Amino acid sequence: MPTLVSHPDEVRLISYRFGQGAANIDKYVELGGYQSLKLCIEKGPEWVINEMKTSGLRGRGGAGFPTGMKWSFVPKQNPHPKYVLVNGDESEPGTCKDHMIFLHDPHAVIEGTMIAGLAIGAKRGFIYLRGEYRYLLDIMEKAIAEAYAKGYLGRNIMGTDFEFDVIHHTGAGAYEVGEESALMESLEGKRGVPRIKPPFPAVVGLYGGPTVINNAETIAAVPAIFRIGASEYAKVGTERNGGTRLFGISGHVERPGVYELPMGYNLKKMIYDVAGGIKGGKKLKAVVPGGSSCPVLRADEIDIGMDFDQLAKAGSMLGSAGVVVIDETVCMVEFALRTIKFYQHESCGWCIPCREGTDWLKKTLTRFHAGGGVTKDIDNIAYLAKNMLGRTFCPLGDAAAMPTIAFVEKFRQEFEDHLNGKPCPYAKHEELALV
Amino acid sequence: MSTTTTIFSPELAARFDKLVTAYPWRRSALVPMLLYAQDEVGALTDEVIAEIAHRVQLTELEVRNVISYYSLLHLKPHGKFHVQVCTNISCMLRGGNELLAHCSKRLGIGHKETTPDGLFSLEEVECIGACCWAPAVQVNYAFHESQTPESMDKVLADYASKASDPKNGTNRGGS
Repeated sequence: MPTLVSHPDEVRLISYRFGQGAANIDKYVELGGYQSLKLCIEKGPEWVINEMKTSGLRGRGGAGFPTGMKWSFVPKQNPHPKYVLVNGDESEPGTCKDHMIFLHDPHAVIEGTMIAGLAIGAKRGFIYLRGEYRYLLDIMEKAIAEAYAKGYLGRNIMGTDFEFDVIHHTGAGAYEVGEESALMESLEGKRGVPRIKPPFPAVVGLYGGPTVINNAETIAAVPAIFRIGASEYAKVGTERNGGTRLFGISGHVERPGVYELPMGYNLKKMIYDVAGGIKGGKKLKAVVPGGSSCPVLRADEIDIGMDFDQLAKAGSMLGSAGVVVIDETVCMVEFALRTIKFYQHESCGWCIPCREGTDWLKKTLTRFHAGGGVTKDIDNIAYLAKNMLGRTFCPLGDAAAMPTIAFVEKFRQEFEDHLNGKPCPYAKHEELALV
Repeated sequence: MSTTTTIFSPELAARFDKLVTAYPWRRSALVPMLLYAQDEVGALTDEVIAEIAHRVQLTELEVRNVISYYSLLHLKPHGKFHVQVCTNISCMLRGGNELLAHCSKRLGIGHKETTPDGLFSLEEVECIGACCWAPAVQVNYAFHESQTPESMDKVLADYASKASDPKNGTNRGGS
């Protein structure tokens, strides 16, 4: 069972029911559950969307698009049924926040899905979990059945004419499916290959109908917003970055875990205070601030507020808020290789720059780390990665290229230390063990 | 469509009958059905593919095309206990590679290999969403977090002893 952690600086808006047995509907209701839905049904869709805009909530999957705005893009008049699709395909290395939400508070996801449905005029929502999360799918299945049994799903919800159905759905192992158009393909029973945009899902999505796709954490934040009030929620974070985030701190820290902190929380404080500092009193070398696709920060760059805009200004991204902390003993060439090996494995192969680019980067970095590198490889790695940027249908190509460029630019010396057949100066791990 | 003959258990067949009508399009049920069928049968055999293709009204080729995309779906059976060690960045930083090497030595098999008795198979996997509890391992669907070589020995020994208990005969593993 994943360990629950806590820290006095936490602001528990999403996680306040964690560890209290709220996967059970009676406990969820006792702790204020389904009250936000009741309020939203009373106030109506227009009010809901305006409140969502006021809250400043931005997409927690990584792109940071304003959620209220996304909902408002769904056309009111459309001959096709509309849908809500919850993205719980959580697969970005460094990220395990949705894991905690599904485990401790599945009804918050159901309630958030229903509020999204109410806002856009959908009658059906899908909650997609990655295939590896089978035990969480079982929890979700039970929660949905309870919600039907208690009249929170189905017809005449809470004695009103609002009706809504929720279907839980499992994937079967694919990072790429976390991209929204690939997610729709997968839910339709196909290979998870991205679609060309436009049309955007808000206009033509699942089964050809207008579709809102939100990350599981975004959806879980929705009931919290209506519980405390949209403007109160906005105040918790920084400007244009409303609310809190579930930061998953992993790697070389004393107390790794998922902590809910206000948007804009200082990264240095997060590492040294919240997570207890570097494991074993070692020195910090680098931090990947928001999951493996986010460009790395050097140890001297961590005095920064963790929100979408401040990280973008620093040339990185908040992404899925998976903070991976790297100490002085780690070889950054090996770290870059492990990162690209992942993207090479997960590239769906649809776009040539991504398919070929990730493969060549993996081959070059493998040879380079093994001591077979030459000087021009270093620039070649960056050149290859730069030529992938913006040249693919979905962001997987960028997700592979951006961190690679940052590894070369920020840790060039470590690449040079591997040249001329020299063994890896940081060798401590066994070579990437089997593959 | 009712399937008069099925290779699945009555429970699973009933579940599939329901699942194909749960979505606006019946092929939406394809990926979950493949995974659930694989859990029961142990692999996506020709017979499984034929029946599922029939149930979702696709050709077998279309079904195979989908299968080849998803990393959890497999045509050949795994060991009774499929040990999946994550070596992605968060796990790598906390000893995932060493854990994988340890499992490999302990079980005497490599990546995507199965022990001769069919009890264990081993796979190096990509991120399984347990980064804050690294290094993490999944045996079938059960998560085992914050593992060390020593604790992993105990996990493997527990599964080995489970194997002799007929009550634990499913491919789902304990959790």
